[in-house]
Amino acid sequence: MRVLANVIGYLLVGSAILAVGLWVDNYYYFQLLTFIGINTLLAVGLNMLMGYAGQISLGHAAFYGLGAYTTGILGVHLGWPPLVTLPCALLVSGLVAWLVGRPTLKLHGYYLGMGTLGVGMIVHVLFREWSSLTGGPSGLPGIPTLSLGPLEIPGGRPYMFVVWGVVLVSFAMCQRLVHSRVGRALRAIHFSEQAAAAVGVDTARAKLQVFVFAGVLAGLAGFLYAHMVTFVSPSSFGFLVSVRIVAMVVIGGMASIWGSLFGASLLTMLPEWLHVFSEYEVLVYGLILVVVMIFFPQGLTRGMLDLYERARRGKTGSGS
Amino acid sequence: MLEIRNLKCYYGKIQALSSVTLSVAEGELVALIGANGSGKSTLLQAVCGLLPGWEGEILFKGESLKGLAPPPIVARGISMVPEGRLIFGPLSVMDNLRLGAYLRYRQRDHFGIRQDLDRMFVMFPVLAERSKQAAGTLSGGEQQMLSIARALMARPRLLLLDEPSMGLAPLVVKQIFKTLAQLRSQGLTILVVEQNAQAALAIAERGYVLETGRMVLTAGAAELLEDEEVKRAYLGKDYSQFTDGRE
Repeated sequence: MRVLANVIGYLLVGSAILAVGLWVDNYYYFQLLTFIGINTLLAVGLNMLMGYAGQISLGHAAFYGLGAYTTGILGVHLGWPPLVTLPCALLVSGLVAWLVGRPTLKLHGYYLGMGTLGVGMIVHVLFREWSSLTGGPSGLPGIPTLSLGPLEIPGGRPYMFVVWGVVLVSFAMCQRLVHSRVGRALRAIHFSEQAAAAVGVDTARAKLQVFVFAGVLAGLAGFLYAHMVTFVSPSSFGFLVSVRIVAMVVIGGMASIWGSLFGASLLTMLPEWLHVFSEYEVLVYGLILVVVMIFFPQGLTRGMLDLYERARRGKTGSGS
Repeated sequence: MLEIRNLKCYYGKIQALSSVTLSVAEGELVALIGANGSGKSTLLQAVCGLLPGWEGEILFKGESLKGLAPPPIVARGISMVPEGRLIFGPLSVMDNLRLGAYLRYRQRDHFGIRQDLDRMFVMFPVLAERSKQAAGTLSGGEQQMLSIARALMARPRLLLLDEPSMGLAPLVVKQIFKTLAQLRSQGLTILVVEQNAQAALAIAERGYVLETGRMVLTAGAAELLEDEEVKRAYLGKDYSQFTDGRE
């Protein structure tokens, strides 16, 4: 049942992207969908950490930015090809996550939240002030478009396909992880660290592993972002971006992989739709988020499932 | 099998256990009884590595457990059924059992795990019926069975139980203790900590009595059941019953 629902999910998302790619010819939509894909990557990584292991990261944009800047700096200053910068970007994000997580995850409680908050700020300052390397506040332009060996992947339609391919593969990976030994251990930790330790789970290590995994996924999202926009600047990786990723997870639904997709889609598309409200845009944006949280406190995924259940029960109820 | 000598435990500056000595031989079922706050749970937590920083000696199969974290202690063959059961409520019964075998999954002992799952379902048929249900929806007695089954999934040599009778109906308590006696007859070594002295001493070979962090009595279970002091303090018989007819 679970497997079937997931296969349907993959097919739906895959065919939706394919349909847009085949029948729509509008650069704007390709770009929007690419951004949704990148944000989904960020959200699903953070969801593994928040929803399943019960730890919070308030500096997720730092790992996103580290991936993007590593890609940009190596590509622009050293001229390295993307196939070489990709592992570097993942390594830098993962390594920094490991350095932050190792001391803070030994403790219980919200120390990781505090630690990542600090790292987010430090990394943001580094991007802004280390001008010789990062281009300072005005950013780093001239990042080449993605190419895998001789294969050029320009922005627009082909890039959208690449990003969504990566998203679906990472979904499958997360799904396997959740239902594996490690995933069970993470959910056990979320419930009670002491009980998890009592059955033999090395809680500090399990938390560190999932944190590094989330960091690496954010680094991957950064890599894809850098090659898509071909320009990185500090403002794309500030504190508010971290908060937005947390909001995507919470609004989409904690401990739900498909929820990350809903949350990321809503929060990416909402500002686009709300342009019509011009100066009231931010107000309406906030209002919508508040309303969603009031009516679907468990997130969109759970909320929609509940609505569906209620509708079905209502139908059978009136029939009998 | 388990040798505790001069164990001292502290919570900050407060001493919870002072020079406690206890031993459990292979194949034995030993009961540790005592009132609230006597340090029974502290002792178990020290053995499991959940309470680091104890002084004294804890030897398991002749090797010291000093400085070990819970996972390596589980790997050596000690499993605990914690106080209040601490099953993972949102997870399914099956996932709870699989978590019990966490370290064995790491060793890729999939065949052995499947065998043990079947064994648990024979021992506790109700768990088989509810294997897909969230563990938090089980009744108290079923949760206690799940907690015991989860501990057994690690294939322990020594099973520690912290107040398995807590908050359960007398009939369920009887069933749980019957299961323990059955496990012992299969060769498992068991140390059970209880306030329900009657039930625990009925199946144990030997008993220890702990009072405010000190071991005050140790004897065969039958002797303890007859001991005046134990009767007064733990078996719910107060002075009037003792003094009746003696005046």
